[in-house]
Amino acid sequence: MKKIKVGLGTCGISAGGELVFNKLKEEIKTKNLGIEVNETGCMGMCYEEALVEVVDDNDSFLYSNVTVDKVGRIVNEHLINNKPVIEWIIKSNEVSKEDDFLKNQKRIVLRNCGVIDPTSIDEYIEHNGYKALEKVLKNFSQQEVIDMIIKSGLRGRGGAGFTTGMKWKFANQEKSEKKYIVCNADEGDPGAFMDRSVLEGDPHSVLEGMMIAAYAIGSDEAYIYCRAEYPLAIKRLRTAIKQCESRGYLGKNILGSNFNFTIKIKEGAGAFVCGEETALMASVEGKRGVPRLRPPFPANKGLWGKPTNINNVETFANVPWIINNGWEKYSSLGTEKSKGTKVFALAGKIKRSGLAEVPMGMTINEIVFDLGGGIKNDKKFKAVQMGGPSGGCIPASMGDLKIDYDEIVRTGAIMGSGGLIVLDETTCMVDLARYFLNFTQNESCGKCTFCRVGTKRMLEILERITIGKGKENDVDILQDLASKITKNSLCGLGQSAPNPVLTTIKYFREEYEAHIRDKKCPAHNCSALIEYTIDEVNCKGCGLCIKACSSNAITGSKKAVHYINQELCIKCGRCFDVCNLDAVIKN
Amino acid sequence: MNNTEVQEKKSIPNFKIDLVNKRHQNGSLIPLLQTAQDSYGYIPEKIIYYISELVGIPAAEIYGVITFYSQFRLKPLGKNLIRICEGTACHVNGAKSILTALQDELGITVGETTDDGIFSLQSVACLGCCSLAPVVMINDATHGNLTMDKIKKILKKYKTEEKIRIAS
Repeated sequence: MKKIKVGLGTCGISAGGELVFNKLKEEIKTKNLGIEVNETGCMGMCYEEALVEVVDDNDSFLYSNVTVDKVGRIVNEHLINNKPVIEWIIKSNEVSKEDDFLKNQKRIVLRNCGVIDPTSIDEYIEHNGYKALEKVLKNFSQQEVIDMIIKSGLRGRGGAGFTTGMKWKFANQEKSEKKYIVCNADEGDPGAFMDRSVLEGDPHSVLEGMMIAAYAIGSDEAYIYCRAEYPLAIKRLRTAIKQCESRGYLGKNILGSNFNFTIKIKEGAGAFVCGEETALMASVEGKRGVPRLRPPFPANKGLWGKPTNINNVETFANVPWIINNGWEKYSSLGTEKSKGTKVFALAGKIKRSGLAEVPMGMTINEIVFDLGGGIKNDKKFKAVQMGGPSGGCIPASMGDLKIDYDEIVRTGAIMGSGGLIVLDETTCMVDLARYFLNFTQNESCGKCTFCRVGTKRMLEILERITIGKGKENDVDILQDLASKITKNSLCGLGQSAPNPVLTTIKYFREEYEAHIRDKKCPAHNCSALIEYTIDEVNCKGCGLCIKACSSNAITGSKKAVHYINQELCIKCGRCFDVCNLDAVIKN
Repeated sequence: MNNTEVQEKKSIPNFKIDLVNKRHQNGSLIPLLQTAQDSYGYIPEKIIYYISELVGIPAAEIYGVITFYSQFRLKPLGKNLIRICEGTACHVNGAKSILTALQDELGITVGETTDDGIFSLQSVACLGCCSLAPVVMINDATHGNLTMDKIKKILKKYKTEEKIRIAS
């Protein structure tokens, strides 16, 4: 009996997965094949979307890069005549084209993503779902649960890496009639999409983690604060919560115990700072999302002044696995101080961009080359950016660094939520620092002067450096401003905002100097510092660049050498892209 | 009667029921504003006063919340919403040149709407489909692996569709 699964996470949908899904259903219906077509979450191989998996009794065949046009052949040859279309398959018993990407992974958080239908609670239950909750309610005291989580070594996956079990312990120790659990699903780092994939692909695992946390601290009410930019995640969560309510996993006297619990969703309204826990709570309360001083910590005084435990999506998704498989098994993975696995969102100039879950302690090179397949277009690997706007750039020369919380902090970057952007030789580090400062500057809530004004001044300096107007002591001023902003900001946003600048100065100072002194951008990226010219020997006068130029800056008659008028050129680089003869030179 | 007025008339009853239901919930202001924006496409001034009376929060404070969050708008949007992703992956893969192409073609900058009301251009921090960078989202459709030429062709398609619609 065949069954079909189509990857319909946001990545799958944007690659045309929904069209493929509908076409498959339509074909199967008109041809009366009676084969079930289900949706599933992100399989992690975003670079191969749209993905379609045909499962039969003995084997499963994974088709990659499926488009509507390919559906006909898959239906006719594979579904009707039982002859799989081998050239489109990347994984089956016989084919293993993407083994490098899969074999190095250890999937705990992503255990069900791309495996089960996220809209079906039955499939979740079939895959050990809600077993951990049952176990906890029947066999363990609150203290025992907290002890297990502490011993597992699980640390907060939102970025700062505080020990999860300790957080639970503090919230548990507070005496209060009312306590809250909050799930931080405000994944705001540009380039990070692991939480979204978990929520879309396996929402029940997050809910189960929240239930266990609630039992452990003695809470009966929770909020999931989810970005409004993730409509599909919100939809899947709503469905999952409803299913839990009708099955008795949420509500009163859950599974016959005296544990009561409800979960509500709060949609964010677009503010990066709301990923910070005190700002997040203000936003849940309906106010401007402005952080406040800690202490008091949320575990003492959180939402509406009540003890509150806030964890990130990935953290919660780990919890049921730890209970089911034992803390010993979890803590056997990883490094001395960072246990378990971490999900990374690989993106940027990498061949295989997608989601990968690996044990802590894997090196940067192993992730970029063994898993990620190396750099796109075989360019030179320059650095990885970790931790988004709060993180920093780690140069390729440190590629043997083992990734765990403490090692990463030593470089000046942070683990962050797990975005890992790969940069090649064409990425300008000064421009990248400017890009992140622009982001944090926009997102600063404005409460602390140093964050509000200081980031603006830093941005202005970076802007002038990238257009060739940098001054001799600009790097010193940047470092001075950075240390003041770090010291004088209340929350993580301000304290870490200078990190991208500081790390790029630390590892790529010569690039700053080239911009400032020589008025040159070594990566040929900053448009004010580059010039396009035409090589008289290589140019055959084909006219392609003339056609491509949107500002009419290129002249020249057919079969004669062309010429770029520098005054009209807007440096968009299209002539450079279209020339087949390497006749357009970027200087 | 113009478009926005038609929309307002149609959705007001639902919207008010929703408001009345939600007003006593803890922290109801943001969900109320989200409901209002869903109904109108933006948050009209009179609704600020209406909500203010309903929940007893001063209009100035509501205005403060509206302007704090990037989701809320005080002006209506164009017919087609173009959102350009400014995520890191898109940035290093050339989002800037896509933005230049969009601005050239539409004659507006980020945050503006074309005079004919057909297109609005916005930027977002990250759409989360980094493997398709650079990415632009038009209404609900995501367009990935863009080049300057590709985005121009896509815009042309939307413009032609609009012309056909007006002609018929």
